Amino acid sequence: MVDVPFDTIAGIPAAEAPDVELYHPKSWWTRYVFSQDAKVIAIQYSITAMSIGMVALVLSWLMRLQLGFPGTFSFIDANQYLQFITMHGMIMVIYLLTALFLGGFGNYLIPLMVGARDMVFPYVNMLSYWVYLLAVLVLASTFFVPGGPTGAGWTLYPPQAILSGTPGQDWGIILMLASLILFIIGFTMGGLNYVVTVLQARTRGMTLMRLPLTVWGIFTATVMALLAFPALLVASVMLLLDRLLGTSFFMPTLVEMGELTKYGGGSPILFQHLFWFFGHPEVYIVALPAFGIISDLISTHARKNIFGYRMMVWAIVAIGALSFVVWAHHMYVSGMNPYFGFFFATTTLIIAIPTAIKVYNWVLTLWRGDIHLTIPMLFALAFIITFVNGGLTGLFLGNVVVDVPLSDTMFVVAHFHMVMGIAPIMAVFGGIYHWYPKVTGRMLNEALGRFHFWVTFLGAYAVFFPMHYLGLLGVPRRYHDIGETAFIPASAHDLNAFMSVAALIVGFAQLVFIFNLIWSLFKGKEAGGNPWGAASLEWQTPETPPGHGNWGKELPIVYRWAYDYSVPGAGRDFVPQNEPPARLSAQGAHP
Amino acid sequence: MAETALTNVGASPARLPGLRGIVADWSSDQRAFKNVSWGKAMMWIFLLSDTFIFSCFLLSYMTARMSTTVPWPNPSEVFALNIGGQHIPLILIAIMTFILISSSGTMAMAVNFGYRRDRIRTAALMLATAAFGATFVGMQAFEWTKLIMEGVRPWGNPWGAAQFGASFFMITGFHGTHVTIGVIFLIAIARKVLRGDFDVERRGFFTSRKGYYEIVEITGLYWHFVDLVWVFIFALFYLW
Repeated sequence: MVDVPFDTIAGIPAAEAPDVELYHPKSWWTRYVFSQDAKVIAIQYSITAMSIGMVALVLSWLMRLQLGFPGTFSFIDANQYLQFITMHGMIMVIYLLTALFLGGFGNYLIPLMVGARDMVFPYVNMLSYWVYLLAVLVLASTFFVPGGPTGAGWTLYPPQAILSGTPGQDWGIILMLASLILFIIGFTMGGLNYVVTVLQARTRGMTLMRLPLTVWGIFTATVMALLAFPALLVASVMLLLDRLLGTSFFMPTLVEMGELTKYGGGSPILFQHLFWFFGHPEVYIVALPAFGIISDLISTHARKNIFGYRMMVWAIVAIGALSFVVWAHHMYVSGMNPYFGFFFATTTLIIAIPTAIKVYNWVLTLWRGDIHLTIPMLFALAFIITFVNGGLTGLFLGNVVVDVPLSDTMFVVAHFHMVMGIAPIMAVFGGIYHWYPKVTGRMLNEALGRFHFWVTFLGAYAVFFPMHYLGLLGVPRRYHDIGETAFIPASAHDLNAFMSVAALIVGFAQLVFIFNLIWSLFKGKEAGGNPWGAASLEWQTPETPPGHGNWGKELPIVYRWAYDYSVPGAGRDFVPQNEPPARLSAQGAHP
Repeated sequence: MAETALTNVGASPARLPGLRGIVADWSSDQRAFKNVSWGKAMMWIFLLSDTFIFSCFLLSYMTARMSTTVPWPNPSEVFALNIGGQHIPLILIAIMTFILISSSGTMAMAVNFGYRRDRIRTAALMLATAAFGATFVGMQAFEWTKLIMEGVRPWGNPWGAAQFGASFFMITGFHGTHVTIGVIFLIAIARKVLRGDFDVERRGFFTSRKGYYEIVEITGLYWHFVDLVWVFIFALFYLW
């Protein structure tokens, strides 16, 4: 029904698709525990992800203690340090950020933002969470098995990942791979739901080009995840077979402890290709939802429509597509054909174009906007700064000749923490401060929030900005103890100590944030239905928090995009997406 | 689930021409794919994701086969059988392929009879499809047994590259699992058809969603996909 011009007529043609039948919970268990309601599943996902994320945060403290004050903490030995690195990376990237953005934000926001009553298959959606929880429990169990968790690094490169020199060779690596396989199965069930809900379950008037950018970001990231995770699944299965059955997919002929191993004839590079075919899209799987959330936060809190909506959408899609042809820029030093390096450097740098479009559009949205420095806005601004910072160092590392001396130094660590650690977590925080009133009906505490923001933002800079410098000096990553070397001056050790103190302070601020989440649930200021004066659909629900089925008796009808802020002639400075055009003056509103 | 057959989406006189019309159609409200139910869309997207899994398996196997320094065992010899004194290469695989492709035929007929609401024929054809599938898995079990008796292991074999056994067991095992799951689904859905669940739109046990005859087609999509994957495995593993 494309050609019915919704914005020029008062009435909208009758529903093309009849309303869905919802599953109605019959008991406390099916309402709050084995719930099929996307909103409850979203909260379950978020709490689980943040809980395991706290484990990863504590691991980062332990790593920083060791790096900042080597030799002081005798309980952290070299093996444990490697285990901490591995678990910190794996948890943060997959079990925290991916799960929180797609399982948490996706589940909560997609049905509300597209005007659906729930995800299309709530039962499958529920299974998705429980399999995810199982994956998290299997992962966490590796801390308690003989030998501890694997210390192979989050990339799990063979051959070292499954050889006896690596900590966690007994159980850690097996359970890690099993957990990844479970995660992918669980994610697939959820991801199919998110994609089909966006494509096939929108309300009347909600065209694809009226979707809020948050939905575009999560949708594109989910499609990417459905195509990228298979490579990780296959790599995990094959590595598991190498470890358990003694196949040699990835294992070349090796001498270990003076003896030939049982392996021979496999290709470690093959694992790297499979891993990074997943791993690079994964970067954008956590970045694209962040892009979307930031676009909505900036537009709402600057009371101005997003600049270049259409370009923003195409930039998201273009980044998603390009990210599948850049993976080998993680492998410049792996010994592959130099011509590949040329190809992958070119595609990598091309990604800078749509990414730069997005950054310019955010800045142009802010330009002459009515900027409210609310906490979500502060986090959004911090996102732009950290993301640009990390993106610029990405240009260094994307070039083969610059990457070769910098690879495996702290510069790489600083780069990816800025671009896919700090920046997405800023979007997570901004999103939580923004949508918490919708989820709970109460505002988060303002003073605690501002404290949390400033300590986190400045503290993160104090940790990661000097790290670039350490990397340029040549300080290697993944070293338990740098020791005394000629090329690393004594000042580098002082800098390390400073960064460690900053990291501990930032970590403490996160405890304040967790406290704020719990305290505000009971004592926070009543928020009302739409405290930010936002135009998108999720703020127009009849109840706050939204009830079962989201929308009361009638589904909303959408007449406009999600960014009608400060429209000339309108009564308020925002026009909700479901407000009919008759109540506006004729000009000004975007179709 | 939403209504499945949305036949009248209305041809409006003011359609945009060319590419812009396609984009406008696709991005219009409610549904990107008109006339496609949620379940069918979800199955298609799942199959796209599954395609990537099998592609990764096959590409990994091909990489291993091309980069190994030890000769690769000759598949037409390994998979040959002696039948009535005749040495016939690949005969078992040929029969298996024939059976699986035939099962796609019975599946397609089941879908047709499903939409005609012919419960008996639909269920019978689905069960026939399941029987073909089970036969396929049985022959695969025979093939595995034969190879294991001859000394093929995931970590080695008497004839050459160790990756032969590893790739063989992994890829055919993964495909066989898909077929087995398909057989179980076929039997479960055939039972629902036979009981008349889809005539009265009876709600599913777990999902509490209404059931429609379209579910037969969705099961069919999965089944045809599994057959198609076998064609690639046949070409790339056995014929290469």
